[in-house]
Order: sequence, then structure tokens, then C-alpha cells
Amino acid sequence: MSSAVEVLEKIKRDASPIIAGEVKEPQVLVGIATCALAGGAQDTLDAVESAMDGNGSAGLGKVGCVGCCNLEPLMEVRKPGEPTRMYVNVDPERAAEIVRRDVMGNSPIEDWQMEAVEGIGALAPEGAPAPGEDHDIVDRFTRDWRRLDFFRRQTRICLRNVGRIDPESIDDYLAVGGYSALAKCLSELSRQEVIDIVKESGLRGRGGAGFPTGLKWQFTHDAPGDPKFVVCNADEGDPGAFMDRSTLEGDPHSVVEALAICAYAVGAKRGFIYVRAEYPLAVERLRIAIEQATERGILGDDVLGTGHEFRLEIRLGAGAFVCGEETALLASIEGKRGMPRPRPPFPAASGLWGQPTNINNVETLANVPAIILLGAEWYSSIGTEKSKGTKVFALAGNVVNTGLIEVPMGVTLREVVYDIGGGIPGGKEFKAAQTGGPSGGCLPTKYLDTPIDYESLKAAGAIMGSGGLIVMDDHTCMVDIAKFFLTFTQDESCGKCTPCREGTKRMLEVLERITEGKGEALDLERLKRLGAAAQRASLCGLGQSAPNPVLSTMDQFPEEYEAHIHDDRCPTGVCSALVSYVIVEETCIGCGLCKRVCPVHCIAGEARQPHEIDDAICVRCGACYEKCPVDAIAIK
Amino acid sequence: MTTRFKKEVLDTPAWWQDLDRFIEEEKAKNPGHVQSALIPVLHYVQDRYGYIPEKAANHVAQSLGVPTVYVWGVASFYSYFSLTPKGVYTIRVCTGTACYVQGSQAVLDEFARRLEIKPGESTEDGLFTLEEARCLGACGQAPVVMVNERFHAKVQPEQVSDIVADYTAEAHATLSAEE
Repeated sequence: MSSAVEVLEKIKRDASPIIAGEVKEPQVLVGIATCALAGGAQDTLDAVESAMDGNGSAGLGKVGCVGCCNLEPLMEVRKPGEPTRMYVNVDPERAAEIVRRDVMGNSPIEDWQMEAVEGIGALAPEGAPAPGEDHDIVDRFTRDWRRLDFFRRQTRICLRNVGRIDPESIDDYLAVGGYSALAKCLSELSRQEVIDIVKESGLRGRGGAGFPTGLKWQFTHDAPGDPKFVVCNADEGDPGAFMDRSTLEGDPHSVVEALAICAYAVGAKRGFIYVRAEYPLAVERLRIAIEQATERGILGDDVLGTGHEFRLEIRLGAGAFVCGEETALLASIEGKRGMPRPRPPFPAASGLWGQPTNINNVETLANVPAIILLGAEWYSSIGTEKSKGTKVFALAGNVVNTGLIEVPMGVTLREVVYDIGGGIPGGKEFKAAQTGGPSGGCLPTKYLDTPIDYESLKAAGAIMGSGGLIVMDDHTCMVDIAKFFLTFTQDESCGKCTPCREGTKRMLEVLERITEGKGEALDLERLKRLGAAAQRASLCGLGQSAPNPVLSTMDQFPEEYEAHIHDDRCPTGVCSALVSYVIVEETCIGCGLCKRVCPVHCIAGEARQPHEIDDAICVRCGACYEKCPVDAIAIK
Repeated sequence: MTTRFKKEVLDTPAWWQDLDRFIEEEKAKNPGHVQSALIPVLHYVQDRYGYIPEKAANHVAQSLGVPTVYVWGVASFYSYFSLTPKGVYTIRVCTGTACYVQGSQAVLDEFARRLEIKPGESTEDGLFTLEEARCLGACGQAPVVMVNERFHAKVQPEQVSDIVADYTAEAHATLSAEE
């Protein structure tokens, strides 16, 4: 009988990678992920296709998201023996032009390439080492545009293949070392040895709680009972978070492989991936990945010829945030309302249908194949003492380079916001970064040099969370942000336990009052008491963490709360009940821009004469305030 | 007279046969745990109907051997499932954090004002349903609006009237083409 490694070698010999192989002919790669599609990438792809029609010598491929969401649609041109070109903001006209001049012709268009974008950082000198370059599997930074600051400061382990391979081709995944970790486990390592590697690597749960992954596997492995299950939690619900979506859209096989490894380690034959229904593209690509892996004999009743059985099923969420909580997620797979239950027993002992179940999040799993191949020692050499490896962040909000990034644990917030993120757009000031979404907290300027790891963030009053990182500028009202998150958790509270159901509702009422200028002096004390009760007494993580955004902003920005309550004033002019807009006569140049953007037509004035706002009609949307080129609109 | 726009409803014997086939497939995946097929089946119904009609819920309950009230209990718990018919176009304004800090509330308000409905409601002519969306995951393009399957990126309040006008024109064109 041949070993799993030999079986895999045979599968690989018959594979024909689309993108991951050597560049033998000109290639055009268009990023097709949700954020790219939102930016119009489908039109770009169509335009490239029709421009290349009849010129059979060039290949056209689809890749996942490389991480520069604000520059979408992105299009990469590769030619044998030449540096690769990454074109940005490629609309259909640009696409046709690039195909004509660069792909078919021989004159790359420098102005449209990523290097020309302001804020993306300088290009490192030729041959400068990039992080991870010394390792085969994470050697993903050698292509030329990856020498840009934005990429160089990252260490992409979880995202090692995202944007580099065709996510719909198992052959591409195989060509970059895919399924080798699974083969290695099956033919060379015992179950306990696999678990030990994960334990020693120091990998912790990336869903937010940071529980040691190897320990979780050990518990499920040790728990009596058969059958056992493995589950991937891809119910990425935090608003402003898209790490798991991008991983699944760009490299679905890595998660499939990790689940197969985990199943072998804990002794499970069946697995589930629970994905948000709001992620149709991720679901589709996962479905293709599972189908392909089954076809090649990597999943099924005889995994890589070893006689092991492993089957994987996709389950769609249905728009319930609480299902990100593991016991609620399991209830949802069982066909029930997604409500959590008290723990213990933990799912490792009694999970799906009362059987031992191991649940990990997408990012946690995507790291596993790399750890198996390169070893625990390598992985634990990255990061800080207690937080090993890297963390993926969805960088969004008021920052120049919005996108998906992966950084080693321990980098500072400043490096993320300024060096990678390119700073705050529009000449505005950094005010705070929000991590951990509706369960997290805000980090104001004084924490810019705090290292990003589980412990430091907790000490600063925020949490690592699942990876949403929203940057806020000085035009953001922190009371309004607290209200925003609480509106979310209040709406998503499943209603099972009183502290969460009632606590979030009462807190929200207080916040609504404050933002409407009806706040009372005692309100701050009320928020603290209600928050403490919900934190202590709620059944699951949703309720326990729901007060965090409120308590953290109250702690960091007490003066803003006081201005709302005592002075009936919103310092940033966001809370519309507390502001009115006026045009400063002396400054107004009468350009008429405000008049044109006003949705209710309440601005009047002759050209080149000072304009006037009719306060009775004004809906306080702030459109004029944002648009005015000479800052002639003031908030009163 | 106002025009009534209606979504095509696939209420044919073949449709019910397809549903039964799907239910059997899902039941076979986890024998002994028939109830676990419920959410996949509800997705199937909503994908094809646009919402969960009462007769489908009754049928599903019978096929899975659970009370109808149980099916309603689950369907109403999950916000993705709709128990009422939707407009031809569902406008989903993302109110995730990134969109929110980039001003999506003003965009949502403007849609509500222009369509004269609140989020969660449909226009009287059955053309538009307005919804707040939880994060659509396209934070780099904030604020994002999704109309059915189509994305609109970096939407500003002043673009709202054009978006509404474009889809209204499209609907009228489809309607007159059918006639």
C-alpha cells in the first residue's frame, strides 16, 4: 500500500495549475472577490475578455483579494521574464487600454500601476528581503509590486495564497504545496503528534476569545464518544470585518485541508462549515473546493488512500449574529433557533447532537497547514511571548489604504494605521481605532504605540476580537459610535437571558436620550451599572461583551459624553438633534456646491453671492458641510 | 392609476416536486437528525419564492415531521428569512461600521425619504423593499448599497434619486416588453 504522501504526489503529477505554475505566456489576472465586485470587477473582467478576444496567446485568470480594497478593481499583468505589473482602479476603458498597450503591445502604463498610488508607500530597493522570504510556503512576496511598503510590512501566513492562486482550481492549490500538510499528518504523524505540534506552535483561537487551539483539539481527542465532529465557524458577523470572507474567497482549500487535518487529529469522520448566507461567493468557492477535493480522493471514504473517512458539509447561516457563539451555531446546524446554552459542558465534551465537537474559526484553521509543514518552532518564533504568529485585520473606516492585512502579533497600532494604512485621508486627524466590533473597544491616540496582541489590547480596554479594525477621524462622535454598536447588539440579542435582552435595551434608551440632548446627569452612572450587570450575568459572549463599546468610549472620551449631557452640544456635529448648520457669510464664495448636494433643497443663493440655509427645512444630513470647498459651513 | 409590479411566483406542481426532492436529499445527509434539514430547506424556499409563504411552511413541517409552529419559530428567529413578499428590487443599505462611519445613515435616510417607506417596508406599487443590511463585507468600498445582486459602491445621498430612477425605468421597460 502506498502512503498518503505518495498518493498525493501522484495526484499532483496529473494536475495542471492555471496561475500558480511558471509564467510561460502573458497572463492577465483580475481580482474577483466581493469587495472587487462591489468596485466593478465583473465589468473589468468582461472588458479584458472582449479586448483579448481572438488573441489566444494570453491567459486570463481570476484570483482572490490581494488586500487593497480601495484600489479595486485590480488587474495584474504577468509576462515571462518581466517584472509583474499591478494595475489599480481598472475600469473597463482602462482594461481595454492595458490589454492593448501592455499585454498585446510592449509598453506598460506606469501611471496606472500600484507604485504610482499615493500613500501606498515606497518601493523597496531591488532584492531587499521581504518578510517570510526565507520560507518556501510563505514565500509569497517575490513578485515585484509586493516590494511596496503596504505589503512588505505584512507577514502573510493565513493569507499566504490569497490573491496568488485561482481559488476555483485545486491544481493551483496543489502547485503551492496544498494538501501536503494533510499527507504528512496521515503518513508520518500520529494523532497525538499532530495535536502536539499545534499546541507547541502557540496558535490561539482567532475568532476573538484567543483560546489555545491545540488544547481544544486535545479536549475533543480525549473526550469519550463516537462519532465526533469538526466544525468551522465562518459565521463572520462583526460589522466591519471581512477576514474570513476574503480567506474563503481567495483560498478555500486551505480551510478544507485544515479541517481534514483536525478531523484526523481528534478522530472525526464528519465536518461542517457554517458560513454566513450573506457571503454567496465564499459559499460557491467552498462548494467547488469540496467537490474537487472529493473528486481527487482527498475527501471521502478513503482520504489519500489511507482508509480514513472524512466528509464535509456546508451549512448556511441565516442572518443571526448570535450564531457566531459556538453553542448557538451548533443549535442552528441542528435545525433549531440559534440560541446559546450555558457552558460547561463545552462542545469538546458535548457538542453537535451531544457528541464531542471541535469548533475553530476560519483564520485559525487556515494557519494550520503552514504550521504542520514548517513546524511549531517556526510559527512560535513570530509574534510576542504570549501571542504567537500573525493576525489578519480588516482595515476600514477613515484610513487611506482600506483593505485586508496580516501582521505579526506585537506590531503597534501606529504601524498599522500609518505605515500600512497610509494615515487618515482628507487632512483630518486620527481620533481612535475600534477593534473587536460590537464586543470591543476604542483605542484613542495615546494607545497608538501599544503592541497589538491579546494581552496588551485587553489591558488598554479593547479586545483583539476577530479582526475588524475601524479607524475613526476627528469628525466621528464617540457617543454616536457607542449607540451604533449597542443598536446592533440590542437588535441581535437572541432574547434568551434577561441581563442581555433587557440590559442592552435599557442602555440603548439612555444613549438615545443623550444623543438627542435629553441626557441627565445620572445617566453616566446608569450606563455603568447596567453595563456591569450585563457583563457579569449574561449567558453568552454577546451579552457579556455588548457593554464594552459603551464603557470603553465613556472611559476614553468622558468629555464628549459630558458635552452632550451638560452643554446640549455634540462636539463633532454628528448627533443631528444637537446641531444646526449655518453658512458663514464672509467665507462663502457662492460656488453653489452646497445647494447642489442638498437633498431637500433648503439652500438658496445667487451665484458668487453668500448662500443661506433654511433651518426649518434642513434635515441635518451634513452633506453641505462635507462638500464645501472653503469650510464656510459651520456647526452651531 | 398606479402600476403594480409583481415578482413571478413559481407555483407549479413541478416546483413542489423539486421541493420534495430537495427535502429528501437533505434528510438523507443526516439520518436520525431529520430536523437538521430545516434551515437548508427554508433557504431553498426563500431562494425561489423570495420569502417563506404559509403553504410552503406547512408543507415543510409535514415533510420533516415537526409542528408548523416550530417552522415559524425558526423562520422568524433568523432575520435572513422573510415572512412577507418583497418588492421587485430589494435595496439593502449597508450599515456596518465602516459604511456607518462613512455616512451610510444619511444614504439610508435619503432612500426612506424618497421612497416614502421605512427600512423593512415595501413601496405600495410592489417595486422596492428597503432594508438595512448587516455588514456586506465590502468595507473598502463604503458606503455600499446592494440592489438585488448588484453592488453600488461609495454611494452618496445625492446619488439616491438617480439610483431609484434607474431601477424604476428598468422595471417599466421590463413591464412594457412583457406586454
